[in-house]
Amino acid sequence: MALKRFPAYLRDIQEEIETYARNFGLEFFPIVYEVLDYKTMNEVAAYGGFPTRYPHWRFGMDYEQLSKSYEWGLSKIYEMVINTNPAYAYLLEGNSTTDQKIVMAHVCAHVDFFKHNYFFSKTNRKMIDGMANHAARVRRHMARWGQEVVEDFIDTCLSLENLIDPMSPYIVRARATRKDEDDPEPEVGKLRAKGYMDSFINPPSYLEAQKKKKEEEAKRQKRRFPESPVRDVMQFLIDHAPLEHWQRDVLEIVRDEAYYFAPQAMTKIMNEGWAVYWHSRILTEKALTAAEVIDYADANSGVLATSPGRLNPYKLGVELFRNIEDRWNKGQYGKEWDECDSMDLKRNWDRRTGLGRQKIFEVRKLYNDITFIDEFFTLEFCVENKFYQFGFQERTGNWEIMSREHKKVKDQLLRMLTNRGQPVIVVEDGNFENRSELLLRHIHEGIDLDGAQARDTLRNAAKLWTRPVSLLTKVDGKGKLLRCEDGNISERSAEYSG
Amino acid sequence: MSQKIDLDHGRFRQIIRGKIKQNLRKYISQGEMIARKGKDTVAIPIPSVDIPHFKHGDKQQGGVGQGDGEVGDALGQGQEQPGAGHQAGDRPGEHLLDIEVSLQELAEIMAEELELPRIQPKGTEKIVAWKDKYSGIRTTGPESLRHFRRTFKQAIRRQISMGTYDLKNPIIVPIKDDKRYRSWRKEPLPQSNAVIIYMMDVSGSMGDEQKEIVRIESFWIDTWLQSQYHGIESRFIIHDAMAKEVDRDTFFKTRESGGTMISSAYKLCAKLIDDEYPADRWNIYPFHFSDGDNWSVDDTHTCVELLKKDILPYVNLFCYGQVESPYGSGQFIKDLTEHFDEDERVVTSEIKGKDAIMDSIKEFLGKGK
Repeated sequence: MALKRFPAYLRDIQEEIETYARNFGLEFFPIVYEVLDYKTMNEVAAYGGFPTRYPHWRFGMDYEQLSKSYEWGLSKIYEMVINTNPAYAYLLEGNSTTDQKIVMAHVCAHVDFFKHNYFFSKTNRKMIDGMANHAARVRRHMARWGQEVVEDFIDTCLSLENLIDPMSPYIVRARATRKDEDDPEPEVGKLRAKGYMDSFINPPSYLEAQKKKKEEEAKRQKRRFPESPVRDVMQFLIDHAPLEHWQRDVLEIVRDEAYYFAPQAMTKIMNEGWAVYWHSRILTEKALTAAEVIDYADANSGVLATSPGRLNPYKLGVELFRNIEDRWNKGQYGKEWDECDSMDLKRNWDRRTGLGRQKIFEVRKLYNDITFIDEFFTLEFCVENKFYQFGFQERTGNWEIMSREHKKVKDQLLRMLTNRGQPVIVVEDGNFENRSELLLRHIHEGIDLDGAQARDTLRNAAKLWTRPVSLLTKVDGKGKLLRCEDGNISERSAEYSG
Repeated sequence: MSQKIDLDHGRFRQIIRGKIKQNLRKYISQGEMIARKGKDTVAIPIPSVDIPHFKHGDKQQGGVGQGDGEVGDALGQGQEQPGAGHQAGDRPGEHLLDIEVSLQELAEIMAEELELPRIQPKGTEKIVAWKDKYSGIRTTGPESLRHFRRTFKQAIRRQISMGTYDLKNPIIVPIKDDKRYRSWRKEPLPQSNAVIIYMMDVSGSMGDEQKEIVRIESFWIDTWLQSQYHGIESRFIIHDAMAKEVDRDTFFKTRESGGTMISSAYKLCAKLIDDEYPADRWNIYPFHFSDGDNWSVDDTHTCVELLKKDILPYVNLFCYGQVESPYGSGQFIKDLTEHFDEDERVVTSEIKGKDAIMDSIKEFLGKGK
């Protein structure tokens, strides 16, 4: 059905563009396009690009906001593509042919990125089915337990959806060695003695004392629960919170989807940069007719526009990719380059290595935004592209440019990208103060939490845990413990160490 | 086409409705909504319904930008956090979301919350308007009403039956006889018309605060009555010692300094009803707002007579709202209650302040008349 509506002229364009893309070395899953009117486009966008999601009001809210901003002419969605195999992409009905060409070239590069970038390698490529299954499960729970009950619970789970460990899928862990409960009791520390002397050398009282000591030791070891802080708070709750069957299922669904979307947040700059790099090469070098050049330039400049105080990931990404290509073409890397401090020499440095193309393909395969910035955001690049760091100036009440220093800009960038810009929260203690309360700790890296939101979120955590939950954080440099019991939040100062 | 999102969207609207209902008293007494009124919608700031997360606060966060500018240059006022890929944070405190609600929906919410009964309009069957309804097809008519598909079908049918239709060259040329036009019928449209006649005392003792109360209250009365009648008109009369009819703007802005003769307004009101709104065709709602200070006992007497003879027999409801003011004696409401305590058509309400607006609306409209 969907394919039938895809007009022949667009199919021709698709074929043309994909041929160019393949010749450039891109390699992607098959792409299925659908042309949508703006209403359906907004609907699909509200559902994160998926045709079926579980019923939830926030999709309706997103839809309303998208529709409003479309109607007011503030924004319109040009393009959308999801990471599945085959990849589904959506085109907006009524866009000009030039626009559709740009979108298709852009989409080819995205899908190439999905297919090859390491951080997408663990995602479920059949997520359309996955999402539909989630929807069916949630609907079943709703039919059984009532819509509002389940919806409320989803709200609670979503509140904690960012408390996952996005790196965990890529860490190969030794299989957890779990001790069998039935293991023979540890041999009590008996002293060696001949049979007839045994009751003298190891009198019952001594044995008793030894046994106690052992038990205490075991207890002390056990007392730390979890043994080390847990980043994946969602998983911890799934494993240990006293939940109903269906609640655990819903929590798993929310966690699953959070993990599915996490790599997109981790590679936003790269992914968009890669897509812009390729759409501009494919279009300007191959696909554009003379009549389309102005339209293309117009659309492209819109994509790359910057405004004060806003970082455009498309622009940063594409410029960095171009910079890398240029450097590896000219051999501007390695020990010799790094150690050279003559600007003059560096400016005219060209070893004609010609490795640019190869390098950017390698980068798109192995890096994520953090490593991408960390390795390639150089002083020269920073200066040339006029990056600055800004911050809030208490004195004037304004957001101001703080610095153009390379190190500061880069640090700021990395800070914003760390953990997808989310605060890191870990489970510190699952039996806080020996009252089966939960202690969460905010790993404070210089930025306080948003207080109001933190309180509301803490309430939701307590709902899941069903016992009081505390959060250890820092506010204005001082340790603070927020504790939520029965929906009431109390605060006290606390020691924040480490 | 029905969309999947409709369910989720409907659910979202339902939640919003709940929020508005919860905070209705606040919205009613603040009156900020009136300023945001569009043609048939209002924008209501709703405390965020969004899901809370652990996230970074704004102020220490900062960001990276690209472009010209010296160190120390401002990027903009400190309202919104510009940032990379972050949802823009709002000011500390409550996050407000502007939601558009239709007046119809607002009226329903108000009705649910205040438990207002539906109004039983009088004389519905007598009040009839005619409406054109396109319901048929005929063979003559103006080209602008030509029904393309029917014409095309007719032409293709004719060509096939005449054997002039060529599959290989399927050109359809309609001739005059093929043409079909939309036709219409006049349909009776039962309609009930209503008029609200607002009267307000603008004598010196009515201050800005009192007028603000009247303004807010009239907005809600309008909203409710509009949801109950198809066609509704509003007329405005201001009075001190003299009464005159004005437009809506003037009504809320005028301030006179003279004394007060309420009878003057009632006289004008009675004349208006007599001249323009025959009672058998109109549902009539006079609302009078004053601080309750009348010039003389004699005038009050005249008022009562006017009400009995020239107003009450024709109206659905006569509402008197007395706004408390530091200068008014507040006598008039007592006089009215004394004379009309038994009369169902007269409703009086004392409005002590903005917070009392909601209760007053309930008193006025709670009778279902």
